[in-house]
Amino acid sequence: MKYRVVTICLTLFGLVGCSGTDVQQTPIQQGEGPITSVGVNSVESNFEPNSPEYFQALIGNTIYFDVDQSSISDQSVEVLRKQAEWLNLNPEFSVTIEGHADERGTREYNLALGARRADSVMTQLVSLGVLNTRLNTVTYGKERPQSVCSQESCWSKNRRSVSVLSGGIGG
Amino acid sequence: MKQAFSLIWLILIGTIAIDSGMAFSQISQDPLRIVIRDGVIEPEPIALPQFAVSNQQDLDISARITDVVSNDLTNTGLFRRISPEAYISTPGTDLYINFADWKAISARALLVGSISSSGSMININFRIYDVILEKQIGKGIQFRSDRSSWRRIAHKIADTVYQRITGELPYFDSRVAFISESGPKNNRRKQLAIMDYDGADVRNLTDGSDIVLSPRFSPDGERLIFTSYQSGVPSVYMFDLRSGTIRAIIQSSEMAFAPRFSPDGSKVVLSLTKGSNTDIYEVSLSNRQARRLTRSAAIETAPSYSPDGKWLTFESDRSRTQQIYVMRIDGGEPRRISFGKGKYGTPVWSPTGDYIAFTKQLGGLFHLGVMRADGSEERIITSSFLDEGPTWSPNGRRLMFFRESPGPEGGPTIRSVDIYGRNNRQVPIPQFGSDPSWSPIRK
Repeated sequence: MKYRVVTICLTLFGLVGCSGTDVQQTPIQQGEGPITSVGVNSVESNFEPNSPEYFQALIGNTIYFDVDQSSISDQSVEVLRKQAEWLNLNPEFSVTIEGHADERGTREYNLALGARRADSVMTQLVSLGVLNTRLNTVTYGKERPQSVCSQESCWSKNRRSVSVLSGGIGG
Repeated sequence: MKQAFSLIWLILIGTIAIDSGMAFSQISQDPLRIVIRDGVIEPEPIALPQFAVSNQQDLDISARITDVVSNDLTNTGLFRRISPEAYISTPGTDLYINFADWKAISARALLVGSISSSGSMININFRIYDVILEKQIGKGIQFRSDRSSWRRIAHKIADTVYQRITGELPYFDSRVAFISESGPKNNRRKQLAIMDYDGADVRNLTDGSDIVLSPRFSPDGERLIFTSYQSGVPSVYMFDLRSGTIRAIIQSSEMAFAPRFSPDGSKVVLSLTKGSNTDIYEVSLSNRQARRLTRSAAIETAPSYSPDGKWLTFESDRSRTQQIYVMRIDGGEPRRISFGKGKYGTPVWSPTGDYIAFTKQLGGLFHLGVMRADGSEERIITSSFLDEGPTWSPNGRRLMFFRESPGPEGGPTIRSVDIYGRNNRQVPIPQFGSDPSWSPIRK
C-alpha cells in the first residue's frame, strides 16, 4: 500500500515533481555523494514513507550554511518544515543533528561553529513542533567532510547540518 | 593500550675540565657564541667526529648517538657539520685535541666524546671546544644510562652544546604528542600518538575507534589532556602516560574541547558548549568544579594560560570575526589584542612568556605568527594552504605546527620553524600527523 503511494507520486510528477523542493535543496544532487545515488535509485527502491531511507532521500536530511554562519536560509526552513512534519508523523524516531564546518577554519573554532549550526537547526525543529526530548546535537567541526575537494564547490557542501535518525522499528 | 615507559637514570658528573690555559693567548676573536635573533644566521661549522669507543662492540651505538647529536644540532639551522671525511685527526678515548688539525678544516667548534660500557650500562664523556680560542667551553660532562636510552643521551649531549653556545634553554630531549592520521579524508582515522621531538619512536596510544583531537602535555610531561568522541560527542579526557589509563574530567555527555593545563598542572581550561554558545571554563582536577571564565553569547575557545598562570589568552568572534583576547584569570573584561587584517585564532602563550603564537587566516591562506601579549610586534612566520595549531618548544625559540595539503588526497604533516620563520622543516614521520603538542624538557 505504502509502496503504491510512492510509485503513484513518482509516476504523476516524476522524481523532482514528487519530492519537489527537497531534492533541489540538495546541491549534491548534481555531484557525487550518498544522497544522489539514493535519489537516482529511489524510483526502483520505493522507500516506505515512514522509513529513514525515505526521510533521507525524499525529505532531505541535510541543509547548508554560508561561511562562518549558522543562520538558516528560507529554502532550508522549508526542508526543516518537512523534516518536522515527518518527525511528527513518526514519533518513534529521535534525531541527532550533526553540525559540520568546511576545512577553511581552525579546528577548535570549527567545533564551536558546528555546534552553533546544529543548535540552530534544533531550535528551528522545536519551533516547528518537534519535542526537544527527541533531539540532540553533536558537532564534528571539520572532522567529517562530505566532499573532499579543496574548492568552494566542496566547501559549500561541507558547511552543513545532517539530521540523523535513530530509533524506529528495528532500529 | 598500556605503555611501559622505562625510567631513565641520567647522572651528570662534572669531570676534570682540562683548563686549556690558553685564554690569554694571542687570539683577538670573541668566544664562540650564537645569538638567536632576527636576520640571516650563517651556520657555524662544527667538527663532530664519531665518539671514540674502548670496546669494539660499542661502535654501532656510537655511530647512532653521534648521528642523533649531529641531526639535533644541524636541524636548528645554527650549525653546519663539517663532513667527517675532511677530518685530519680523530680523537681517541683520551680525547687529546690537536687544535691545528681542526683549524686547518675551518672548524669553529669541536665536539669530542668517548663511550665505555659495562653490561647494559653505557658511559659517555664529552667535551666542547672553541677551536679558534683553543679553549674548552664549559666543563666536560659524563652521562651514564641504560643502553636502551641511547637516544635520550644523544639529545642531552646536543642540548648541552646548544645551551652553552647559544645561552638559550635546551629543547632536544623532549617529546611531542600528536594525532596520527590515516584513511580517507571523509572518514579519517585519528589516533593519539607520541614521539620524540625529532620524529623518532612514534607510538600510538589509542586504537582509532573514536575521533581524538588536540592532545596537550601536562607541565610534568606525564599526562595528556585531549578531546575524544568516545561518548558520541566531543568531550575532554586525560591520558596518563605512565599507566596508560584514560579518565573523563567532566561529564562526558557535555560537549567540551580545546583543553589545556594550567602551569601548575592542577587545573584545565577548556571550552564547554551549551546550546549555541561556547564559553571558556576552568576545571579543577582535584574536585572537578568548573568555573566559568567568559560570558558572551559569542564563541570563546582555544584558551591558553600565561606561564605565571595569572592571565589567559583565547579567541572569540564577539567582534564578528575570530580575534585574539587576553584577560586576567581572576576576572575582568577581556581585551582584544589582534587588530591586523584577517581572522586570528589558536593563541598559545610561550613558555618564556615573551610571545603569543597564533594562526591567522588572510587572503585565502593560513599563516603562523607571533606577537607580544599586548598585540604589538606582530610577525608572520609561515604561509600555506593551511598552517595551524602552533606549539612551543620548551625553550620558546621554536614552534611546531601542522600543514595540511589541499585536495582529496591531501593530509597534514608536522613541521617546525624558528620564531623568525627560518629553518621551516618537516618532522619526518611515516604517517599523516596533526595537532602537535611539545612536552617540557625531560628530567
